[in-house]
Amino acid sequence: MARYTVLGAEAIRKKGWWLAHKWLILRRLSQIGILLLFMLGPWAGIWIIKGNLSSSLLFDVVPMTDPFVFLQMLATGFDRFAIEAVIGASIIVVFYVLIGGRLFCSWVCPVNLVTDASFWLRRKLDIRTGANFLRNTKYWMLGMVLLVSAVSGVMAYELINPVSILHRGIIFGMGFGWFLIAAIFLFDVFVAKRGWCTNLCPMGAFYGLLGKVSPIRVRADARSKCNDCAECFVVCPEPQIIPAILKGEKRGIPPVILSGECTNCGRCIDICGEDVFHFGLRFDRSRTANFNEENNAALLKQQ
Amino acid sequence: MSDSASKKPASKGRRRFLIDSARTACGIGLLGLGIGIYSKSASSMAPMAIRPPGALDEADFLASCTRCGLCVRDCPYNILKLADVGEDVPTGTPYFMARTDPCEMCEDIPCIPVCPTGALDHKLTDINEARMGLAVVVDQEICIAFLGLRCEVCFNVCPVRGDAITLDYRHNERSGKHALFIPIVHSDACTGCGLCERACILDEAAIKIFPMHLAKGELGKHYRLGWEKKDEAGGSLVTPDQEHRYNLPEGMRYDHTGEGLIFDQANAPAMTTPDATIEETPFSSNPLETLKKGIQEAD
Repeated sequence: MARYTVLGAEAIRKKGWWLAHKWLILRRLSQIGILLLFMLGPWAGIWIIKGNLSSSLLFDVVPMTDPFVFLQMLATGFDRFAIEAVIGASIIVVFYVLIGGRLFCSWVCPVNLVTDASFWLRRKLDIRTGANFLRNTKYWMLGMVLLVSAVSGVMAYELINPVSILHRGIIFGMGFGWFLIAAIFLFDVFVAKRGWCTNLCPMGAFYGLLGKVSPIRVRADARSKCNDCAECFVVCPEPQIIPAILKGEKRGIPPVILSGECTNCGRCIDICGEDVFHFGLRFDRSRTANFNEENNAALLKQQ
Repeated sequence: MSDSASKKPASKGRRRFLIDSARTACGIGLLGLGIGIYSKSASSMAPMAIRPPGALDEADFLASCTRCGLCVRDCPYNILKLADVGEDVPTGTPYFMARTDPCEMCEDIPCIPVCPTGALDHKLTDINEARMGLAVVVDQEICIAFLGLRCEVCFNVCPVRGDAITLDYRHNERSGKHALFIPIVHSDACTGCGLCERACILDEAAIKIFPMHLAKGELGKHYRLGWEKKDEAGGSLVTPDQEHRYNLPEGMRYDHTGEGLIFDQANAPAMTTPDATIEETPFSSNPLETLKKGIQEAD
């Protein structure tokens, strides 16, 4: 693994630094931009958006509510909620179903900035040991969070949810909460690789389920050009989803990442010197048709 | 068992899967238990933290507040804060401290309609109907009104002046010739805004806002105040007592006022008991005499 300490060297050489970091830079702009948008009110008195990621009000009109928080509220058994919550949660659900559920994780969530920093430091320090989690641990977490809400009758997880604590803390001020964020940072550096976002965060699990059906996908149509450098595998926060698609041509697996766990971060697109990956649609008609024809032809030949 | 050898890898995999699952379930279960217990202790909020107007009762509030801070933003007086991690108020929920930043009771209550879930009840439109808490004159030894000094600041700053706090005039026993102007809080009008607590001139306020559940007593559910029920019904709801009656043989009566047993001469039954037998007993036929006798002997 040592040869990857400078990740994407080949991509930088072939495409230039900017193109080899295109999606990363856009993603950082999005993450910081969204934070700034929320800060514009308290800092400059320009209230484009008010509130925080849990619930907000756009232009004082459009309500938005995090469907994960809304789901916790439903789990508590509270049923007298105002209509704004339903409208707000629906808007967010539709948005993320359309553009990719875990897009939230990599393009919006402020904790991603923290855990990406952890990942960077972990590589710098060359730490390779760490706890292993079952791959579906975050779904267990999601179930646990809803169960605890149901049993306790309060939104218990929101007491410690680092995502809402960090976002709220940045906007409304925070003291002791920084320790929690520091704990997540250190956990990801020393305890487990991509421990929080990939393995534990129930919010990521929820948005992953939302994103199962979304049409915008990372595609690997040029997978035949893959030179097996495995850099995409190294940078991907959910590396288990890549190999089957990248190497599945012979087995007839379509060249599109359909897993809801993909965060649409686009880092694989950046890092690939051969431009194997690109953002596309789930059903890219021309290519899928092509693929089907080829596939059928291959099948016929076999027969 | 030739099969066992070929089955071994599968069963090993299954074993591993079961162990991994159990490990994950245990870990997550412990974490969930921790969160549950933490939420129980975190829900017992500091008594000085008061929820914004229209807040549902605490259990429902914690089930529905998304901790978005929209109420905080729309409070024109900036009194509301969102609780930080580790504070004595559940993380991220809004509250205010009456002593420093009481609710100014805006007529349009801007903090309520922005609440996305109705954790602040949208049905509350008259701020005078808000019950954020209840003012309590907690220290009746040091409140200077009780010392016989004129103050009445709490009474005068009260936004529901004359209703939520009234002054009760009492005799000043110490001077013998002055009056005490005692502030009395009425829960049917007090909104719990806290302006009185902020205004209290003492170093530590003698009048404080407490959350309703701390400030109010509660009658047992089975209690019915008879006089109220009587008024509601327009008359007594209880059947009047039956007049007491001795089941005496025909022709006999009992007089409660002292006469005792009376034989109605006209239709008295044949008295089989001769007078002699009566005199044999040490007890009079009149029980009152027995009682009086006992008292006389005791004297």
